[in-house]
Amino acid sequence: MSKMEVKNIRFVVKRWDPKDGRFFESEYTVPVYRGMTVLDALIYIKENIDKTLAFRGSCRMGVCGTCGIVINGKPRLACETQILHLNTDTVYLEPLHNLPLVKDLIIDHTPFFEKQNKIKPYLIRRDMEEYWNPTREYLQTPEEHLRYMQFTYCLTCALCYAACPTTATNPDFLGPQALMNTYRFIADSRDEGRLERIAIIDNPDGCWGCHLAGACSEVCPKGVDPALAIQLLRREVAKIAFGYVEPVEGAKVAPSLQLTEKRITKGPPEFTVEGAEEKLKEFKIPKTIPVEKSK
Amino acid sequence: MAEVIRHDLIIVGSGIAGLRAAVEAALVSKGKLDIAVISKVQINRSHSVCAEGGTAAVLYPNEGDSFLLHAWDTVKGSDFLADQDAVMRFVREMPKQIYQLEHWGMPWSRREDGRIAQRRFGGHTFPRATFAADKTGFFEMQTLWGVLQRFDNVTFYPEWMVTKLIIEDGRYKGLIALDIYNGTLHMFISKAAVWAAGGGMRMYSFTTYSLTATGDGFAIPYKAGLGLKDMEFVQFHPTGLIPPGILISEAARGEGGYLINNKGERFMKKYAPERMELAPRDIVSRAMMTEILEGRGFEGPNGLNYVHLDLTHLGKEKILERLPLIREVSIKYAGVDPIHDPIPVRPVAHYPMGGVKVDINGATEAVGLWAAGEVNSISLHGANRLGTNSTADCLVYGAITGREAALYAMEHDDFPEADIEYLKQEEKRIFDNLMGRESGEDAYHIRRELRATMDKSFYIYRNENDMKEGLKKILELKEKFEKVAVGDKDPIYNSDLVYTLEIENMLDAAEVIAVGALNRKESRGAHARTDYPERDDKNFLVHTVVHRTVDGPKITYEPVKILFWKPIVRKY
Repeated sequence: MSKMEVKNIRFVVKRWDPKDGRFFESEYTVPVYRGMTVLDALIYIKENIDKTLAFRGSCRMGVCGTCGIVINGKPRLACETQILHLNTDTVYLEPLHNLPLVKDLIIDHTPFFEKQNKIKPYLIRRDMEEYWNPTREYLQTPEEHLRYMQFTYCLTCALCYAACPTTATNPDFLGPQALMNTYRFIADSRDEGRLERIAIIDNPDGCWGCHLAGACSEVCPKGVDPALAIQLLRREVAKIAFGYVEPVEGAKVAPSLQLTEKRITKGPPEFTVEGAEEKLKEFKIPKTIPVEKSK
Repeated sequence: MAEVIRHDLIIVGSGIAGLRAAVEAALVSKGKLDIAVISKVQINRSHSVCAEGGTAAVLYPNEGDSFLLHAWDTVKGSDFLADQDAVMRFVREMPKQIYQLEHWGMPWSRREDGRIAQRRFGGHTFPRATFAADKTGFFEMQTLWGVLQRFDNVTFYPEWMVTKLIIEDGRYKGLIALDIYNGTLHMFISKAAVWAAGGGMRMYSFTTYSLTATGDGFAIPYKAGLGLKDMEFVQFHPTGLIPPGILISEAARGEGGYLINNKGERFMKKYAPERMELAPRDIVSRAMMTEILEGRGFEGPNGLNYVHLDLTHLGKEKILERLPLIREVSIKYAGVDPIHDPIPVRPVAHYPMGGVKVDINGATEAVGLWAAGEVNSISLHGANRLGTNSTADCLVYGAITGREAALYAMEHDDFPEADIEYLKQEEKRIFDNLMGRESGEDAYHIRRELRATMDKSFYIYRNENDMKEGLKKILELKEKFEKVAVGDKDPIYNSDLVYTLEIENMLDAAEVIAVGALNRKESRGAHARTDYPERDDKNFLVHTVVHRTVDGPKITYEPVKILFWKPIVRKY
């Protein structure tokens, strides 16, 4: 592991110049070591060859969703793509499709974010007092949690949006990410916004616009599977159309805590500063927290 | 000349602290305040997304946890440098934050009874790490970004980099920011502001940080005259993945992982016989480095020798359910599947305990300016932060400062006045000097040297000679920076310019770390000196505060607020 073998790889970058609105290509040769990612290569180019090349990158561990570009024809995260795994001597990079260009590999996510935010990406509840001033959590079993968990892993990296053939032809189409996220909330046992949500997506620009190409799921770097979510979403819409109405009441707030067997016996040490008891009163901290005795 | 932009309240930074502040301010103001969020990155992509293991909160007092226990764990973990008033307030306010996020959609992992699950974490006596798989920060960001869409009085400025804070006579007035899309500088004026620009330790090369976490949050207030506190305390997280430095969450040990040396021993039994792998991070990191330095590690690339983090005994199911991200990054970036093989890890620069000096309400030394999250120092974390207390800090202090700043802005009708000269000076500095030079020093070369210096002189074990040499080097690099030329001259999305501005910020923050570390002649928490190996409560049970003067950094010391527990010998 201590010795680094290096292989020279040619990078061809399709760039866009905002001043004249034209595409052009730049070529770079990068010494590639085992484990080196496309994002590492872009940084190498920036530091050593061409300071004018514009690209985005941040967490470099596949969590922030910043560095989506098209690599050898497929939308991918630059930070998650190991160059040697591509098995080519030339790597071709382009900006993501279906979104406005800013410069070089940088695109403007605004239309994508607008759609993601249009679908109300938060829990909808009727009791707003509890919503803004919580007493305890809404109950949710691990099984209920699993029903939507897969769809929460979305990074909003827009790879699915860039791969979607419907988005390419219909700019009003909500796109795989927003539709998937709608299903994520409908599937959440705490949510009470089913009808409100369905009203947003039950139209040709919503879940019925999808042509079932499945490109979104193919490129998703986190295995979220938006195509599946869209199918499940259609089922929810159909259920209502057929008159099957599920209860709209979401999960209940957990009951107050019952006294149970203590898991630990060792508490904090006694105070060692004089006047500490008196001082503690300012912080409104009870020395023991009152809990209900179990019946 | 661009016109001045006015908002009642400006929040700088869009991590957990910034977004939590924005939600709170929007709620408190009931639509009456015009609020802006300015972020160097796209709003939902801040480094907070990388937080993994969990968020600490007392949720189950009926099962043995208590506020006092959380407070004690935090104070002891801090090596008694935490201000105990701040700690007490923090633990008291934390549970509500967990329930609040839950109500907005946060997918907290659950127990069989439907309640929120918690797991064990280093330095915490009770399993109080509240988590959502091992992507807790990611989900907190997602939830906050989502719920912010409920408000229409919040304006976002994504990819706008703040370059200067305007503070006159102890009063905050506004700031100057670069619109990265267009390459234009703008002056912002606001009645109040929350500084949540984040910490960032990218001045180290082996670090868990995102590329964008470059310490701007420290350098800009420092240059505007605000004090930085306890910057010498840099947390080295025990488990950074070899080779990239990506964080392997402490949750891996919380779920039962072992640290193993090249003799196959669980070496933590020598260093923390009771808590073993779940001792606080400073202790585990020192233990690992001792093993590596004494030849019981494994040889790694570029001198990055390491030990093993072994999860194989946890079983496939637990790893897939509780630690999916750890498995994913181990496979993708180290070619190791933790279900079958141990993960190569080494201590890695992870978190600054110090930051912008604030009071218990998060108010800075400048009237009208608050600071929240990793960038501030209340001081909650003292000399060593416990895992899961940072995302908690961001939530509690995001909410507190959001509320305080919003109330302040609502009480004041008039906007402060700031001279447009500030903008002209900043334009001169950035466009005429940095970008105007045809040729000069290479900023990336300076960055490489700075990182090598920090890795060498200000890592886990420190000593006078190394640190003196390190500081000298930092000062040389600062001088070199005066002659830096930005290579790219294009105004639109000029990331060469952005990186250059970041490198300047790294240099300033590095200098303050160095100065604080050299002058603290003791070993406490994360600051371990081989020439002063003992904690010295007689001389150094104090906070370091560094202010910028024309003659360089000026140090003063301030007392620690010890209201409940006096320091004792720290054993685990």
